[in-house]
Amino acid sequence: MTTETITAPPAAAAPPGPLREFWGYFRANHGAVGGLVVVIVVLLMAAFADVLAPYPPNLTNNAVFLQPPAWQTGGSWAYPLGTDAIGRDILSRLIYGARLSLLIGLAVVALSIVVGIALGLVAGFARGITEIAIMRLMDIILTLPSLLLAIVIVAILGPGLMNAMLAVAVVILPHYVRLTRAAVITETSKDYVTAARANGAGVFRLMFSEVLPNCAAPLIVQASLGVSTAILDAAALGFLGLGAQPPASEWGTMLADAREFVLRAWWVVTFPGLMILITVLAFNLLGDGLRDALDPKLKR
Amino acid sequence: MLRFLLSRITLVIPTFIGMTLLAFFLIRIVPGDPIETMAGERGIDAARHEALLKEYGLDRPVLVQYGIYIGRVLHGDLGKSMITQEPVAREFFTLFPATIELAVCAILFALLLGIPAGMIAAVRRNSVFDHGVMGVSLTGYSMPIFWWGLLLILLFSVQLGWTPVSGRIAVLYDVPPVTGFLLIDSLMSDDKGAFKSALSHLILPMIVLGTNPLAIIARMTRSAMLEVLGEDYIRTARAKGLSNIRVIALHAFRNALIPVITVIGLQVGVLFTGAILTETIFSWPGVGKWLIEAINRRDYPVLQGGLLMLGVVVMMVNLLVDVTYGIINPRIRRSSS
Repeated sequence: MTTETITAPPAAAAPPGPLREFWGYFRANHGAVGGLVVVIVVLLMAAFADVLAPYPPNLTNNAVFLQPPAWQTGGSWAYPLGTDAIGRDILSRLIYGARLSLLIGLAVVALSIVVGIALGLVAGFARGITEIAIMRLMDIILTLPSLLLAIVIVAILGPGLMNAMLAVAVVILPHYVRLTRAAVITETSKDYVTAARANGAGVFRLMFSEVLPNCAAPLIVQASLGVSTAILDAAALGFLGLGAQPPASEWGTMLADAREFVLRAWWVVTFPGLMILITVLAFNLLGDGLRDALDPKLKR
Repeated sequence: MLRFLLSRITLVIPTFIGMTLLAFFLIRIVPGDPIETMAGERGIDAARHEALLKEYGLDRPVLVQYGIYIGRVLHGDLGKSMITQEPVAREFFTLFPATIELAVCAILFALLLGIPAGMIAAVRRNSVFDHGVMGVSLTGYSMPIFWWGLLLILLFSVQLGWTPVSGRIAVLYDVPPVTGFLLIDSLMSDDKGAFKSALSHLILPMIVLGTNPLAIIARMTRSAMLEVLGEDYIRTARAKGLSNIRVIALHAFRNALIPVITVIGLQVGVLFTGAILTETIFSWPGVGKWLIEAINRRDYPVLQGGLLMLGVVVMMVNLLVDVTYGIINPRIRRSSS
């Protein structure tokens, strides 16, 4: 906290609050602001899909199979981005797909961050055999190629959106456990923790109200980057036929459906992938910006 | 040095045991009776069920089963595929060269483009080139490669007709397998067209699989170079009057290489993950495609064996990187022993 007051401009009457200071750093990074804007747009798309989408996502129209986008010959503005092989509007499916992809990204990260923090705190506080067991398990998960492990988990639990989310959550779990444990070990050696302990604070109080808030910055950054990994991996599982099942309008699953039409209808393959790329890119930019803003030490 | 080596190798053993535990128990989690799962929808009569339970050793206590399993694994026996009845280990080693060939070419592609791009970006910091490299690299890092593969097929195979859509080599060439690496085998064969065909089949999968590593390597090279370029010995070298090229190529680059080597080692896992998707898109006959097919056919021994083998390969490469790193950098060697 003291370093922050030193870096604040001396002209200001009062030092800026932590939120304002954060925004000051964050705003300077144009890529991060761009990422934030895209994330908000995708969030709005997901929230107002019912209003924005011209058609329900699974409405088929026998008259318009594989109709090209509006600007190509044979296209019409009734279906701006064209239709797929069974006459569903691609634009509507993309808009509804934002719901699924964001749900996947946020739910997966929420699950693995909660479990990861719990395991990391236990490992960092308990030490000894408990720590070794937890960290060894995390090493093994990290050693196996991530998608391969996720695929095997899904293959065993059965294909489907829930199992795919669970598998991706397991795969990204080690990052949170490692981060939390490392931060806990650094923090517990500091004076304020000793002071709290001397004051009679119990283990849970030490864990959650003393140490955890001071480990928050790296975890927030990792969470933002984790959302992009989760969306990407879940889409890959969907593409392999192991994630969300048709007719769900998940972007990866849409690509899997479109694969056989790659030779005749470029639009059915191009747009879902573009949505994945843009969303993942936005979360990565956001994560980079958060890292720079939350931890100026990491600035190069 | 010996102590360092031993400490690294002993660290690998619990990881290996953990991996066999994972591979063993993951298959046990499959809901329902394994024999009935294998039999599928046709069902199975009670006597045959009993016999199969005995044959697979599933009537023994779980710990005994694990003991038998690990004993077999250590003898190189990974069980038999339920579909082809071939030993899993043999199938793996037949297909693995195809995956290695693809992975090696992909990492070479990533290195040959990524290191120069990262270096130039660092030297010309904040130039248009630097911003371009960083933008492209962030895009490459965020790229869903299964879509990227489809796009490249759309452009180069469908629109331009430059490259074939799938496979490793055109069917009309029959190259005798010597090394298992088709580029080498076809070069050694008398047929000149075979090498060209193998190469044209390889290009698109190589680019697709190399995209993620390329992005990571370019970023890493840039930041390592930036760090090194700020060091005192670089200023000294410049003060001595050395040419700019000499300073960058000899003094800065060699020191920036150490973190880059580590990153290359870490790419092995990324490459295998990518290989699963790339091989599926391009019908490349490697272990990735084999595993996906095993899932679709519910061939659990193949899945179990493949997971363990790929895990072991990644583990060994990580060990190798660790040891090499210790040899290059004595500080690491001392701090860990």
